[in-house]
Amino acid sequence: MIDTNMFQLVCFYAFAAVTVVAALGVITLRNSVHAVLSLVLTFFSTACIWLLAEAEFLAIALIVVYVGAVMVLFLFVVMMLDIKQEQVREGFIKYLPVGIIVALIMLGEMLALIGVRAMHQAVMGADPAAAAGMSNTAWLGTALYTQFLLPFEVAALILTVGVVAAVVLTLRQRTGVRHQQASQQVRVNARDRVRVVKMAAEVPAAPQPAPGKETTP
Amino acid sequence: MITLSHFIVLGAVLFCIALASLFINRKNVIVLLMSIELMLLAVNINFVAFSRFLGDVAGQVFVFFILTVAAAETAIGLAILVLLMRNRSTINVAEIDSMKG
Repeated sequence: MIDTNMFQLVCFYAFAAVTVVAALGVITLRNSVHAVLSLVLTFFSTACIWLLAEAEFLAIALIVVYVGAVMVLFLFVVMMLDIKQEQVREGFIKYLPVGIIVALIMLGEMLALIGVRAMHQAVMGADPAAAAGMSNTAWLGTALYTQFLLPFEVAALILTVGVVAAVVLTLRQRTGVRHQQASQQVRVNARDRVRVVKMAAEVPAAPQPAPGKETTP
Repeated sequence: MITLSHFIVLGAVLFCIALASLFINRKNVIVLLMSIELMLLAVNINFVAFSRFLGDVAGQVFVFFILTVAAAETAIGLAILVLLMRNRSTINVAEIDSMKG
């Protein structure tokens, strides 16, 4: 009989292992499309870990925002650009030892600095949202719309600026290209296109008798 | 029993993987952008864990804002990348040196 705590721990280890392996895949896979898909797997398993920490709203937001929007953007760009694999992979083996050494040193420093052993006593207690008598989303939303209202509005502004900047950056203005301008086409009047000129009908001149041999048939 | 150190160690491992990527993928800007996403994810894991264990909502609100800013940053970064590919037809970091920095 497995109790709930043990089951949670097993789930955590499984999701953490998937997260780490997928993150290693992101940085080592040869094909960029595979790397993006591996990053999607990383986000999914991280969302599962957040579910274990009972942060349900953020877990779903991570999947909707990241997997649904940002990763699709990445996939679009990766597939649109023509990347030469052998060119972008050069120096991979050369810098691999440096990268591994720096990462391991930094990991050791971090773990020593934050005192993992001391935090080992911090056991996950009751859900603070449930203790406050509401769901995680209500707990987060209450704080977001009261205490953090101004940062929330600023975040909306940042997103707007981001959209405008992305559009302006990729807008292409080519010279010498003939465009159809629908507004001018709609605004045009018939008399701008066709000008009716009133003029007297021309009467052809009467055939004059040619001088010479025709006068005397 | 999941403890706080489980989350912290996971965040540290993810951050160091992303850090190693900055060294070994020096040529590919797309992978560099993805490793920045991994770093932000590691930071977010720490925020969620501390918010859960300390019972403070501010950590989860901060994760929300980090997600917002990271989405905007990714959109602009990818736009710059498309622009770079159109003008220079390379995404090699070593060849992007027109500013002579």
